[in-house]
Amino acid sequence: MKKNKNNPLIKFDRITKTYITGPVKYQALKGIDIEIYRGEFIAIIGHSGSGKSTTMNLMGALDSPTSGNYFLKGKNISHYNQDELAEIRNKEIGFIFQSYNLLPRTTVLKNVERPMLYAGYPEEERKKRAIEMLKAVGLADKASNLSNHISGGQIQRVAIARALTMNPSILLADEPTGNLDTKTAHQVMKFLVQLNKKGSTIILITHEDDIAVFANRIIKITDGLIESHDYKLKTTSFIT
Amino acid sequence: MIDIKELTILALEELKGNIARTTLTMLGIVIGIGSVITIMSLGEGSTQSIVDQISTFGTNVITVFPGKARRGPGMSGGTFDTLVKQDATAILELPNIEAVSGIVSGQKTLVFEENSVSSSVNGVEYDYAQIQSLEFSQGDFLNENDIYSMTRNVVLGDEIVEELFGEEAFVVGERVRIDRKTFKIVGIIKDSSSAIVPISTAQKILFGHDHYSSISVRVIDNQIMEQTLTNIENLLLKQHKISNPDNADFYLRSPQQMIESMSNVTGILTTVLSGIAAISLLVGGIGIMNIMLVTVTERTKDIGLLKAIGAKRKDILSQFLIESLVLTLVGGVLGVVIGTVLTYFVSTAMSIPFVVSLKSILLAVGVSATVGLLFGFYPAKKASELNPIDALRYE
Repeated sequence: MKKNKNNPLIKFDRITKTYITGPVKYQALKGIDIEIYRGEFIAIIGHSGSGKSTTMNLMGALDSPTSGNYFLKGKNISHYNQDELAEIRNKEIGFIFQSYNLLPRTTVLKNVERPMLYAGYPEEERKKRAIEMLKAVGLADKASNLSNHISGGQIQRVAIARALTMNPSILLADEPTGNLDTKTAHQVMKFLVQLNKKGSTIILITHEDDIAVFANRIIKITDGLIESHDYKLKTTSFIT
Repeated sequence: MIDIKELTILALEELKGNIARTTLTMLGIVIGIGSVITIMSLGEGSTQSIVDQISTFGTNVITVFPGKARRGPGMSGGTFDTLVKQDATAILELPNIEAVSGIVSGQKTLVFEENSVSSSVNGVEYDYAQIQSLEFSQGDFLNENDIYSMTRNVVLGDEIVEELFGEEAFVVGERVRIDRKTFKIVGIIKDSSSAIVPISTAQKILFGHDHYSSISVRVIDNQIMEQTLTNIENLLLKQHKISNPDNADFYLRSPQQMIESMSNVTGILTTVLSGIAAISLLVGGIGIMNIMLVTVTERTKDIGLLKAIGAKRKDILSQFLIESLVLTLVGGVLGVVIGTVLTYFVSTAMSIPFVVSLKSILLAVGVSATVGLLFGFYPAKKASELNPIDALRYE
């Protein structure tokens, strides 16, 4: 992979995050530096409690760091307020969660349209683009289904379609296959690999090695610190 | 830019998704708006009905009462003795006056055989029938000779006849007793509940005084009613030698004033009743707030997801506000429909005009929208301020 050292897409500069619950202080991240470049497929792994979810929340602009700086496309967004972060999430980040990706009482199409609604796209454009995205994930025929009437694998593909609608800089997938059977999980992963090959930057948060193996680079976090920026898995690759 | 249309569609989808809860929540607003509409419309209907009744007396009739002016509908002047025959005679000399009749009246018991009825008995002059445009179902009015020669003839309102003789009785020529004095019935007035006797009879035989309880005046042209009222007032002040109009020992009532004061009474009544009905709206509003709070809690994960994909605070706020607004507006419209139907049946039963004014509908819709915004705001604000991470993690 060719890295453009001058322009990291994401740059974490001595990021810390401390949670305070009453008298209890808990430092989830103890000062981490991460650089991620356009076109990378990164897996962030770590045990439960390692700080990988906190990393994902910060990277996804869902939260702000306690100290340190987060540069996204060169812009320091560490001190953005809730609404500014919402705009960053809307335009720069496509989320794929483990579960509860879609609004259950709403159609697949409306789910995919949602980010564009918040971005202020007109109705026709929203619909046109949402259908394009659904075509891309092979689910155009499910557009008018209620999202609680489709299968788990389909839900994740719809989530990918929604994540792509705003043409974001990063796809952030948090345990995207956690609720899927092995076969479907691998289908979804292959889909992400294809997207990456077409140029999307993908960041995958997972605790499963056989999912992390799909990434080009693995960042391992242990006890709030980066153990490795390019971790080599001991297991053999599942990619065939 | 917030896409109101899309948010409304989304709100309708959410509300449809839980139809039983939506219906029950809306019921509070439906009942509130329905009762406000019904009460306001019936209030307007009865005002209309009163106006119609007063108009049938003729909009050309001014009544002069003795004593100090009071608020509310003018009734006969009781114990004041400030109006006398000279006043009536003088008024008739003024321009734009067609006819004048002094009236001496009081409450008396009328008896026929075993039946008796208490009623207002008016001693009047000959022109009274013309002034009040009386219509007769049997017989005729007192003749001019009756008026000044103290004859014991009486004209009865048809409602008295019904009480004393029963329905459809032909009673001209029959005799009734008033204060144990026998009177001969000469005519029956339509739609009336009073008895009319010659003024001389009333003064000398029934009430024993000469002063008038009121004076009825018919004007020629009611376009110059105000001027005529002023003329009468000035004339009577002069007659009674009163320089300060505030000390006047008489007051005038035009049909307009009667309508106004009667409308005031029904207006106050309507306002009080609407106020009570509005309490049910308040209760409905609290119901909405309660349900919206539950909804926000239930949809915490939805809110987290929406925030993750870029919903700002105002997006979430407007989504929940529009939801409660749709809830109350649909409830409001249903309330208007139900209130209108109810008004139709009640006003038909009470035989008052069926009036549902645009004003009450607009007010109802406005109030329900306000209720929706007011009581939806707190839950919506709560939703908009949720932290996306906490919301996503919420179980």
